[in-house]
Amino acid sequence: MNPNMKRLRRTMMFLNCQKPGLIKDPYIYKPDSIMLDLEDAVAEKEKDAARYSLYHALQEIDYRGVERVVRINGLDTDMWQEDVRASVAGGADAIRIPKTETAQDVKRVEAVVEAVEAEFGVVPGRTLIMAAIESAKGVMHAMEICEASPRLFGIALSGGDYTKDLQTNISGTGVELMGARQLMIIAARAAGVQCFDTVYTNLNDMEGFRKDVETIHQMGFDGKSIINPRQIAVVHEIYTPTPKDIIFAEKVVREIDDKKAKGIGVFTVDGKMIDIAFYDGAKRTIELAKASGVYKGEL
Amino acid sequence: MINAVGRDIPDEILARTGKEVFQGNNYKEGVEYHKQGPIVKPVLDHNTSKMVGSIREALEKCGAHDGMTLGFHHHFREGDLVVNMVMKEVHDMGFKDVTICASSLGKAHDALLPYIEDGTITGIESSGVRGKIGEAISTGKLKGLAIMRSHGGRVRAIQSGETTIDISFIGAPTCDDYGNCKGIGGKSDCGVLSYSFVDGQHANKVVAVTDCLVPFPNYPADIAMTRVDYVCVVDAIGVPEKIATGAAKPTTDTRKLMMADYCTQVVINTPYFKDGFSYQTGVGGASIASAASLAEIMKERGIKMGFAVGGMSKGMVDMLDQGLVGKLLDTQDFDLFAVNSVQRPNHHRISAGAYANPFNKGAFVNKLDYVVLAALEVDTHFNCNVVVGSDGRITGAQGGHPDAAQGAKCTIVICPLLQGRIPAICTDVTTVTTPGESIDVVVTDYGVAVNPARQDLLECLQKADCVPLKTIEELRDIAYAITGEPEPVQFGDRIVGIIEARDGTIMDVVREIKEFEF
Repeated sequence: MNPNMKRLRRTMMFLNCQKPGLIKDPYIYKPDSIMLDLEDAVAEKEKDAARYSLYHALQEIDYRGVERVVRINGLDTDMWQEDVRASVAGGADAIRIPKTETAQDVKRVEAVVEAVEAEFGVVPGRTLIMAAIESAKGVMHAMEICEASPRLFGIALSGGDYTKDLQTNISGTGVELMGARQLMIIAARAAGVQCFDTVYTNLNDMEGFRKDVETIHQMGFDGKSIINPRQIAVVHEIYTPTPKDIIFAEKVVREIDDKKAKGIGVFTVDGKMIDIAFYDGAKRTIELAKASGVYKGEL
Repeated sequence: MINAVGRDIPDEILARTGKEVFQGNNYKEGVEYHKQGPIVKPVLDHNTSKMVGSIREALEKCGAHDGMTLGFHHHFREGDLVVNMVMKEVHDMGFKDVTICASSLGKAHDALLPYIEDGTITGIESSGVRGKIGEAISTGKLKGLAIMRSHGGRVRAIQSGETTIDISFIGAPTCDDYGNCKGIGGKSDCGVLSYSFVDGQHANKVVAVTDCLVPFPNYPADIAMTRVDYVCVVDAIGVPEKIATGAAKPTTDTRKLMMADYCTQVVINTPYFKDGFSYQTGVGGASIASAASLAEIMKERGIKMGFAVGGMSKGMVDMLDQGLVGKLLDTQDFDLFAVNSVQRPNHHRISAGAYANPFNKGAFVNKLDYVVLAALEVDTHFNCNVVVGSDGRITGAQGGHPDAAQGAKCTIVICPLLQGRIPAICTDVTTVTTPGESIDVVVTDYGVAVNPARQDLLECLQKADCVPLKTIEELRDIAYAITGEPEPVQFGDRIVGIIEARDGTIMDVVREIKEFEF
């Protein structure tokens, strides 16, 4: 399995490939992933130039460990295949498929990615895929989308188009997104892939943004799409485990390792019943703590 | 001859100017000199009027002549109308070989270009120039040598007699018929007239130019009647909206906010940050943001600033309102909040000399704990360039940069690693305007470098673990890894200007630019 399938993706920052100033060094803001956009942000007549910039940015810029995802143009356009070629040839880590509605959409992209990896001598399977779900139909097919490809690391809700499809709009309360969010996170977890929430577009309402992130964090989302580096710190803060969480997770990991060696399956930590099912969650807390720079332990 | 910042100053320039090369910040410490006094034409008769009908009449009465030096201030910033108005008259009267000695010149003075080309203006002494004048100097159109000097350096040059101003035209927002000038109360208010104090004291003739004549006495005056020969009323001395703007909108640029945060962390984790500390900052987005976050931390910790000095804007006025700063010592006002505040208690108007003159008996900058500055380029020797663009063209001003940098105990320069495609952190700056010995900390978006001469500060910041510390060489290497190492700018042989150090020695020279040859 590609080791990046489960990497930390708290923040996935959209960047317009039409603007070199944006894509030259976004890593200084320390997002987990960047989403280099060839789709909606790029003006129709600038599509070629944006793709050209993308390829050279991927080739020339050291993004210092930040994951490079490319949002290609829709499968209903004649541009997406060339987008995939430029991305894979440039060495992108993943392709984001917009407006995904069926497993077949994922498979179409997968086939092209596979062919292009061969064409450019890229290690087979290196390029991952994520699917953006932007319609009611897509939401209803979330499970089959999640299971469509071994390259697919996750699904993401795109709230703007989705609410249009629902014939409503983004209210800021989150009520109109509730069903999709719930359904998608359940599907993603059932399929063992990650799940990401939609962007929050009102940059002046940082309080509203914070509440939104708190909600999706509690719901179980792995992270959020963001549109401005200002939003990164808030997401990372909310996703940073508390000292109490870290201490407990450390105890759980150590105790499970210890008890497993002794052949004990169920035991208690700080009065709570613990078994092997807690192991991955505790490990994840430690990983999150490390990524957030707050973990000083040895695990 | 190689100077203390490693720049080769040709002997021909030393001979032509009679100057020495820069030999370190404190080279002239304690060296005595005589101040130059002005020529004074006394007024004893109570029937004598100081009013003149026009700039031309003022020039005539002041004995304007070929080869004269004229003084101007830049308090009207990009809204200034006085320099162009006077120089048009000088041109129309046919004078030649005139030197302008201004505290600064900007794009507002692009109209002077034809006067440079036709020999009306052959000398420019200023803190800096921009726009067409910068282009004219850089392309060799100015006949004489341009002298770029700091705000403190200008006062020194005039007081020491190195520069004699024949006539100074002081744009005054209000003035009475006997010459009492103020920076407020009129229609072109600039708040203070700090840069003109030295003109009032040392120019041989002083003309107050106003668009708002007020009843006598316009008191307390910034420039008093005892120093003013003539008063000239004109329609407009400035464009108000370009003199004092509304408050700068707080930046939302995350990169600037990041640098602001690093800057604030440097301040609060170094030993001078304690009750009564002193501070100077600028009006760049990061500087304003840093001052705002500093104010919050001061409130939390119950720390108050003793004084803030230099150019003032809303941020500092707010701090005064909140009792976070004891005194504002004001040399220039950047927005209407500062202009409207100057008459309040604890907001003091000070002269550029009191602020920064290295040749007086101690200037305010010497008492600074922190100054936060910007730069076009910083090199691995911590030398800064704030005047000459990376393309070799003169396009900025020293202002009080070298003065405050030397004076402050902790000088912080905020500078993004890259200015567009150009590495701002480099091996050697295009032109040295502030020596590395004055610079303690460089804050970039990629990390913070401390001058190795300040191990004490470095230890504090290492201990606090509050900012990503890098060496200046590491920052330069990151920049070059992104952009590649830039080809040096190609200059012609002719020297078109000098960068004067605070003490009048030569820091660097500026050469004529030439087209890049591949």
